[in-house]
Amino acid sequence: MKRSGLLSFIIIFIGIIFIARLFYLQIINNSYNKPTLNNSAVKIVYDYPERGYIYDRNGVLLVANQLSYDIMVIPREVKLLDTLEFCALLKISKDEFIKKINRAKKYSTRIPSTFLAQLSKNDYAYLQEMMHKFKGFYIQKRSLREYPINSAPNVLGYISEVNESRIQKNSYYQLGELIGTAGVEKTYETILRGTKGVKHIQRNRFNKEIGPFKNGVYDTLSTPGKDITLTIDAKLQQYGEALMANKRGGIVAIEPATGEILSMISMPTYNPNLMVGRERSKNFTKLYLDSISRPLLDRGLQAQYPPGSPFKVMNALVALQENVIDTKTTIKCFGGYRYGNRKDAFMKCHGGTNGSPVNLNKAIYRSCNSYFANAYRKVIEKYPTSYEGMNAWSTHVKSFGFGNYLNNDLSVGQKGLIPDGDYYNKWYPNTNWTATYSISNAIGQGEILTTPIQLANMTAIVANKGFFFTPHIVKKIKNTVLDKKYTTPKHTSIDKKHFEPVIEGLFNVFENPQGTAHWSKVKGIEICGKTGTSENPHGQDHSIFIAFAPKDNPKIAIAVFVENGYWGSRWAGPIATLMIEKYLTGGTIRPWEEQRMFNGSLQDEYNKQLLETIEVEK
Amino acid sequence: MRSRKTNIFYGIDWILILFYFILIFLGWLNIYSATITDEAYRLINFSTEYGKQLIWIGLSLPIILLILMFEAKFYEKFASIIYLGALLLLLGLFVFGKNINGATSWYNLGIFSLQPSEFAKAATALAIAKLISDKLFNLKKLNTQIQALLVLFFPAILITLQPDPGSALVYAAFIFVLYREGLPIYYITVGFVALCLFIVTLYFGYVVILISSFLLFLIILLIFKIYRKKALKKGWLKILGIYLVSAFFIFSVDVVFNHVFKQRHRDRFNILLGQTEDISNKGYNTNQSITTIASGGLTGKGFLDGERTQGNFVPEQQTDYIFTTVGEEWGFIGSTFVILIFISFILRIIYIAERQKSKFSRVYGYSIAAIFFTHFTINIGMVLGLLPTIGIPLPFFSYGGSALWGFTVLLFIFIRLDANRSYEW
Repeated sequence: MKRSGLLSFIIIFIGIIFIARLFYLQIINNSYNKPTLNNSAVKIVYDYPERGYIYDRNGVLLVANQLSYDIMVIPREVKLLDTLEFCALLKISKDEFIKKINRAKKYSTRIPSTFLAQLSKNDYAYLQEMMHKFKGFYIQKRSLREYPINSAPNVLGYISEVNESRIQKNSYYQLGELIGTAGVEKTYETILRGTKGVKHIQRNRFNKEIGPFKNGVYDTLSTPGKDITLTIDAKLQQYGEALMANKRGGIVAIEPATGEILSMISMPTYNPNLMVGRERSKNFTKLYLDSISRPLLDRGLQAQYPPGSPFKVMNALVALQENVIDTKTTIKCFGGYRYGNRKDAFMKCHGGTNGSPVNLNKAIYRSCNSYFANAYRKVIEKYPTSYEGMNAWSTHVKSFGFGNYLNNDLSVGQKGLIPDGDYYNKWYPNTNWTATYSISNAIGQGEILTTPIQLANMTAIVANKGFFFTPHIVKKIKNTVLDKKYTTPKHTSIDKKHFEPVIEGLFNVFENPQGTAHWSKVKGIEICGKTGTSENPHGQDHSIFIAFAPKDNPKIAIAVFVENGYWGSRWAGPIATLMIEKYLTGGTIRPWEEQRMFNGSLQDEYNKQLLETIEVEK
Repeated sequence: MRSRKTNIFYGIDWILILFYFILIFLGWLNIYSATITDEAYRLINFSTEYGKQLIWIGLSLPIILLILMFEAKFYEKFASIIYLGALLLLLGLFVFGKNINGATSWYNLGIFSLQPSEFAKAATALAIAKLISDKLFNLKKLNTQIQALLVLFFPAILITLQPDPGSALVYAAFIFVLYREGLPIYYITVGFVALCLFIVTLYFGYVVILISSFLLFLIILLIFKIYRKKALKKGWLKILGIYLVSAFFIFSVDVVFNHVFKQRHRDRFNILLGQTEDISNKGYNTNQSITTIASGGLTGKGFLDGERTQGNFVPEQQTDYIFTTVGEEWGFIGSTFVILIFISFILRIIYIAERQKSKFSRVYGYSIAAIFFTHFTINIGMVLGLLPTIGIPLPFFSYGGSALWGFTVLLFIFIRLDANRSYEW
């Protein structure tokens, strides 16, 4: 090739490439010519339906909507004739105006961003008349959540702007739209939000809207969100929150006959209205960063504690089912249970029976450690190997919903931990481990971890004598049938007959003068319950209580955890019985006890812990 | 002789002038369409961009006359001084320049701003022509190659520092000129191979390319070993050297790309090469540009009837993205026509350059052909989504006085030189 020819050759070559590319874009490939989405001459307007309301089981309004008006700006379309007038109307200074407009520009010059959020209704009415003068600005109506009752933020959850990763996963959402991000708002998002409607508006070449695009064949109508009725009893919920004032912990109350969650309390809590409006992000950050009291952690669902003595109920049932004890089996307890030859192989017992024969009934109401250690050991040792024994035990326990997610309509949860044979094989490899290695499981310590809702569910199972409905939060959605899993009973691996003696024991916890909760006994209500004191490495023992009432045809089953509450009957017991009283009779005959709970604070204990933590970190 | 002295239009190439006015006219129509708004729906309104462009076009006529009035010899004689003047203007920007959109590329002259880099192209073309037309100049020698390179390097580096790397890239066009005048072919080969390596390295990652180039190296050695044992004995060091240099290049592409480039540059390449999904719309411009052009179809939507043009969906439409207006409103037929006009225009310049007797005129003509070509290729390539986003104007089409005048000066100096071709000087 002659040297002079190269450039000409390249020019012609490039020309052919360009024409080929144009041919491809303009004639072959029609995907760019789709009528709606890719055609920016068509403006898409969404019609957002009102989000559904949320009610409690008695029809009390928990979550409603309030209207709010935002001034939006599209920076590239702004043509202000009189900036000062505009500023005066909005009651902002010129500096503020410049700052806001620059912020919007920084985000995007062609995508609308919020210029001024949440005008009052009066301002809106006035401004609406004037807005046509200010090109590039418009008013957008938004619906915000409103919480008439300051209660149950952990149940209700909140809505927030949808984030980018969510938009990628779900094409329904667009930047700036709202989505339920926690609690009921999250689980029932699609029901509450409804479906947004779409309108396509044709714009002419001067960007003026000239009517519906193709006579609206692509348009859809919005369907309004549905209201939801929860199983929560707002009164009981609020009462529980008041009783738990200045204490940390969780309460879950369930109606045994249906699995409906009557209340779900997590303390410390916060005002749900903090999660709405202009201050939302500030408030959220504050709550989110509070790593000491962790208000955003739902302690009823997410906190995993060793269950302590209430778990003896579980072990009693397993032992009865495995036929290693019966109601007449007795042991003698001298202040503890020796399970080995070593000096420290001794589990203390505070039952105080001093060698008198202890049967199942007494073991429960005196909370005798020795009895259950013995029973647990017998279960494991019934089988040829500890491995099989452990697995049998584990299967029974797991049939109560322990050790796994409940798989219900709550947005968060924890599995807890129920060890099995493999677990100990892993912990004690190449060792012939025996029942005594895990003897603490007998009394709800050791490796076991449970959440309050799991314990409440266990209590409901005992109340039902052997079956449960998956605990759930939704009671009714208009025109919708409840998910079958909430209406089908789930049976445990324990026979019905074994529950009777256990319930007797639980009844005696209150009735028998020696019962561990005798002092919490409520006249006129037959309560069955069990105290618990759970050791933990963070400080004082946790105070735990489970109970259901009335004894016949139970209406409520409850589990109460009070973090670092010393022992079961000190805080958790009174709180549980007061809540039962409130639910069944609407009041209390023990106002002094109620006052003690309202005013009682464990803050000193928490402060002490905090100081210790700081010391350790130093 | 008489007519030559009295008539400054004597001997000028009317075909080029026709092309010039066609391009200017089409360019202005599209600027009009892209910038018209409804409240100023009048033909003449000098506060709008299309109105201003009309002023620039009007003012380019006296500039043309001025250029044609000078003797052709003037440009050769004063080439060095013009070049130095242009360099001074570029240097002066660092002191007196006005910053627009992050680049200090403009002098603020009250009513309008002047962009010296648009004129530096003509000055550099003159300087290169002057340098190469020297009888003792031989591009086969290394030191002359370096001289030529330095002439290009100074304006290019000053423009890069503004920073306006897009405009500086145009100076790469001169490699075609140097090649035409005797630069050994391997410069172009090496440049081309380096470009290919750059792209495949970004596309496949440097590890893959390093390994595959190593395999290629082994295969070449093997072929030599079997078929050309003698050549291998002499040349194995050379082959190894080439391999090592390219391995180093591949490696440094990765380093430069990931550590020297800014994120926005990386985004542009990655989106073009399809390496990242464009989630946050960094390729907004390109998307809009392609969609707008595609929406034109075969015949286009008609003048002033492109909704996307009129709705201002394409950013910078009157400047770098002016071709999208052509695409939308004039369709495939109109766009192809404009591309053919450009190609014919540049080929005409080359044709005229080749017929020059004076080496100075030929080199200058070749230079401006290369400059127009580079602008055309980079701009349309970007608008069509074939090249990464590099902001340089489309000659005679993009809005802007400096660019228009710069290209006019570039072209008419050549027309002046060409008019003189039949005279001995």
